[in-house]
Amino acid sequence: MSSLLDALLLGAGYNAALVGIGAGLLGFAAGAAGTFLFLRKRALVSDAVAHATLPGVGLAFIAMVALGGDGRNLVGLLAGSALSAWAGLLLVEWITRRTRLSEDAAIGAVLSVFFGAGVVLLTVIQTMSAGRQAGLEGFLLGSTAGMLFQDAVVIAVGGTLAVLATWVLRRPMTLVAFDADYAAACGYDVRRIDLAMMALVMAVTVIGLKLVGLILIVAMLIIPPVTARFWTERSGRVIWIAGALGGTAGYVGAAISASAPAMPTGPIIVLGAAALFLLSLFLAPARGVAAALLRRRRFQRRVHRRQGLLALARSERVHDPLTLKVLRAEGLIRPDGVATDAGRAQAARVARDERRWDVAREIHQDAGLTGRYDGLTPIEQVFTPDEIAAFDRVIGGPSPVGGPV
Amino acid sequence: MTDPVLTLAADHGLTRAAPAPGDSPLAIRGMTVSYGEKPAVFSVDATFPPHAMTAIIGPNGAGKSTMLKAALGVIPRLSGEVTVFGRPIGKARDRIAYVPQRASVDWDFPATVIDVVLMGLYRRVGLLKRLTGAHLAAARDCLDRVGMADFTDRQIGQLSGGQQQRVFLARALAQEADLYLLDEPFAGVDAATERAIIDVLKALKAEGRAVVCVHHDLATVARYFDHVFLINVRRIAEGPVATAFTAANLHATYGGRLATAHLDQLDLGLGGAS
Repeated sequence: MSSLLDALLLGAGYNAALVGIGAGLLGFAAGAAGTFLFLRKRALVSDAVAHATLPGVGLAFIAMVALGGDGRNLVGLLAGSALSAWAGLLLVEWITRRTRLSEDAAIGAVLSVFFGAGVVLLTVIQTMSAGRQAGLEGFLLGSTAGMLFQDAVVIAVGGTLAVLATWVLRRPMTLVAFDADYAAACGYDVRRIDLAMMALVMAVTVIGLKLVGLILIVAMLIIPPVTARFWTERSGRVIWIAGALGGTAGYVGAAISASAPAMPTGPIIVLGAAALFLLSLFLAPARGVAAALLRRRRFQRRVHRRQGLLALARSERVHDPLTLKVLRAEGLIRPDGVATDAGRAQAARVARDERRWDVAREIHQDAGLTGRYDGLTPIEQVFTPDEIAAFDRVIGGPSPVGGPV
Repeated sequence: MTDPVLTLAADHGLTRAAPAPGDSPLAIRGMTVSYGEKPAVFSVDATFPPHAMTAIIGPNGAGKSTMLKAALGVIPRLSGEVTVFGRPIGKARDRIAYVPQRASVDWDFPATVIDVVLMGLYRRVGLLKRLTGAHLAAARDCLDRVGMADFTDRQIGQLSGGQQQRVFLARALAQEADLYLLDEPFAGVDAATERAIIDVLKALKAEGRAVVCVHHDLATVARYFDHVFLINVRRIAEGPVATAFTAANLHATYGGRLATAHLDQLDLGLGGAS
């Protein structure tokens, strides 16, 4: 436990501190940049982009060795991965636009073909004399063992730029994600905005390759915004909440993995993000599962109350246990099931409401209004007092039971 | 404005209103739109009049919405030219406000009512400037005009269909455009919303702006609109309600799908009625 605390307070050594800060920054950038990917419902495109980085890594290594340089130069490898990721992205886009294939088929094809080509290249590199210690397989699942100051700088600079670009483009991206037709009619170039959004995602993917690996980076792009959505109803806030959640998962995940031997950093970070997601899924105030259950129970009691009162209005006996419980709790019936004064008054009121709805359906032309009858909505919320007065004239006389309330 | 000149389309004997294209808020020349290899809209000409409310009517699948979307560049055109107040549409975007069909978006999107209305100001505010109190006040004013001032902070998914439609209209109002293009604004809304929307549209017309609606309810055409544009893949007729909204034109547009009994209930124009 104390080793975890050390790691959280950056006291677990130079390398662990670098990894922790890098992972935190990466998590923030990925969460923010992934927000519009999620809102645009194109989360899986990022998976294709991530897998499409691999052949670029291999080709860049081979090219740098062929030119007599050190094949492991990080900036060179990342540039290569960015180029092949961009090629993969354009291919997905082209297939979707120019053929009858849907985007999911295009994603599946591009993802597997690029990844396959990348694995072949890595195998070839293994046979090269310069390739033995290249450590390129670290790009698959990420590795933190050899993290250098240079790597942290790449993440810090790239991540800051990605967050800044997300902020600058937030309005056009919001518009396109919510209502692309309207955006196009306003004169926005929807395709270019989509490409800019994907370029952001690609940038985060590339800078995160070394730390988290191409297989898991998609989780850092998607899980934080999905989690953030549970806590707010405004897209502008989703960006920052997703960034904060991603940053927390990154930093804490890195600390956990540093505090115990043989804990893989990338996967731990993803599990941390998933834990935050589960917590939000159950506990979020408006959209969480617990809140939904509570609302459902309340709704069910309203239905039982209404049905019970209608039964009382028809002088029928109530048998349903929940209905009895609800009516008793409100003092509308006595313990033996007979209606109290208050119960009779409420029953009459409910019966009159039903009768008015019946008349409304007969004489009112507007199906849009009468269609709002759901057994619970009081008629006063749908029709004006004048209209209701007209219904009452059709009904004539006092309501069938109990008289006016 | 002078009255539109009436000319006779030679082949059908149909009437056609043709103000000079330079005056027209929206003029379309020879526009064809195709999904795959079956044209949804074929070689359509249209000249919508200024200071008026025009209904685009036609049966399901006749290309009403497609025509509007293609004119705006929301979907690609195969051929054709579109001018807005005499200029290519790309140079007059700030004068157009579009209200898409309500069902075309996901209402679970994380946005409140005021957020959606503010989207109408994005073009003017730009990328970097902050939204100020003046912008918020303008957006609230637009909500007030459609009777939705009490719902400012409601998540949009919690609104009824009619309320959602009004929010879309408020977003278009925020653009302060001169040409309003609406795709089925009355589809599936309650009577109160329909009244609220028509009042707003008539106010826009009174201010000298042009309104074009894709419309599906023939019963209200004569009451709501000044002009009609009848389309069934091809342009059938266009002109003032009094001369173009006739039994003959409706037959040419809808074919056998319109019962004669139904026609009797419409407030039809007289010019060319059989």
